[in-house]
Amino acid sequence: MSDLYNVSSSPHVRSKDTSSRIMLYVILALLPTTLFGIYNFGVKALILILATIASCVASEWVFEKIVHKKSTINDLSAVVTGLLLALNLPPTLPVWEAILGGIFAIVIVKMMFGGLGQNFMNPALGARCFLLIAFAADMTNFAIDEYTGATPLAAMRNGEVVNTMDMLIGKTAGTIGETSAIAIIIGAIFLILMGVIDLRIPGTYIVTFVIFIVIFGGNGFDWNYITAQLCGGGLMLGTFFMATDYVTSPITPRGKILFGVCLGILTGLFRLYGANAEGVSFAIILSNCLVPMIEKITIPRAFGLVKEGKKHE
Amino acid sequence: MNKYVERLFNGIIKENPTFVLMLGMCPTLAVTTSAENGLGMGLSTTVVLVFANLLISAFRKIIPDGVRMPAYIVIVASLVTMVEFIMKAYTPDLATKLGVYIPLIVVNCIILGRAESYASKNPVLPSIFDGIGMGLGFTVGLTCIGIIREILGAGQIFGAQILSLDWFTPITIFVMAPGAFLVLAFLVAAMNIVRAKMDAKGKPLAKPSGCISGDCANCGQSAMCTGKKAE
Repeated sequence: MSDLYNVSSSPHVRSKDTSSRIMLYVILALLPTTLFGIYNFGVKALILILATIASCVASEWVFEKIVHKKSTINDLSAVVTGLLLALNLPPTLPVWEAILGGIFAIVIVKMMFGGLGQNFMNPALGARCFLLIAFAADMTNFAIDEYTGATPLAAMRNGEVVNTMDMLIGKTAGTIGETSAIAIIIGAIFLILMGVIDLRIPGTYIVTFVIFIVIFGGNGFDWNYITAQLCGGGLMLGTFFMATDYVTSPITPRGKILFGVCLGILTGLFRLYGANAEGVSFAIILSNCLVPMIEKITIPRAFGLVKEGKKHE
Repeated sequence: MNKYVERLFNGIIKENPTFVLMLGMCPTLAVTTSAENGLGMGLSTTVVLVFANLLISAFRKIIPDGVRMPAYIVIVASLVTMVEFIMKAYTPDLATKLGVYIPLIVVNCIILGRAESYASKNPVLPSIFDGIGMGLGFTVGLTCIGIIREILGAGQIFGAQILSLDWFTPITIFVMAPGAFLVLAFLVAAMNIVRAKMDAKGKPLAKPSGCISGDCANCGQSAMCTGKKAE
């Protein structure tokens, strides 16, 4: 042991969490969903997943080369973006459209605003919404192999009865990663146990959404309806993996709760009264845009300071 | 350079209303879904702009300063009404496509901007050339945006299919509102890159100087001005 005392400036206590470590946890947590997606939809899903990851990582590398910045592809965030984007795409999507989505996610939504930590909107969801508007027909074509019918949410909108057990396991039509609620929850529990995410945002999101559909859904308090609404569409994937994105969600504790409430209400509004059956991705990117305002009104009071309005008492 | 040619160069490149002054954004974003619409909008604005500059410059010593704005609006509105009737008579298709944006030329800030900052202070002939330059600059800007949006969003140029739909899926977002913002942003960025490259080479492109009267407080372009006086 050295006799020297090392004197250094703060911080003296460092957490072992780094960006790349957290991103690695997220990738691990997404594995069950990814594997189930490939099992469910076959090799087309695998090709799409590899294509979006490759296009995200490559466009981050190329962009940073062009603007002479240090390459940040080792922080794995581009891999997470690519994987999340693929999980949000229907398995029938043409590969070149998925690659275009990956480029849009990284170059326009993330790098143009300054890279990881500066983007105001979740890159994967930004790209999904871009593709949804750009290729509306391809993005809503879920017919593949044994799944020829509508997605469960669209079926419910048409007044059909859906099998909630199938929806829990994931044997339904939908995007690659959204169908299996169980696989998503396994990943989410892993993230919660590792301390990567906490339950404030997902919890308030789900509770608000359930309250909203019980009041306005027209079915009252019906377990089947509530379970189907929760497991259908991208709600589970969105609430645990995209609404909790560190960069685009509020950092204040009360802000997280307000953010969750916003998400729940917006998702309910889009699903019940919108033009499409699904609205999770639009709800999340819209709430992403509200984050600066949410943080401004929920900033915690520093110890010893008085509220501004009370100063003159 | 001849001062008339200088006015044309000024409008098309140096102070291009779309890419440099960022004026007239409402029609720029709204009607450029195709090259034809962009060209039509640009040319009809050019016609109004030239005649508005002509009349305002001719009347500049008669119009009292206190009511100059209402006077300009009356002149511009009369011209726009004439252009609208002419378009409805001879190009009814285009008139239908451009719709409400033709009457809205009345409040196009390029026209009032040129009236206020140039035509009201300069003789008739330079004012006409200023109008032609600015109008062509606007037309070039709108047509560029229109061409790019039409190719990406429909695979067409001026209505002719150039990308076969057999293998090309139109990226429909480009003929919708978000596409207008994306294309405009990329074109302005490209313009700024060219500007920076020319600066670095030591051959800077002319920047908008804008100052004609030396009166910064009442200048319509003081936000863009690079040679502003200390306030």
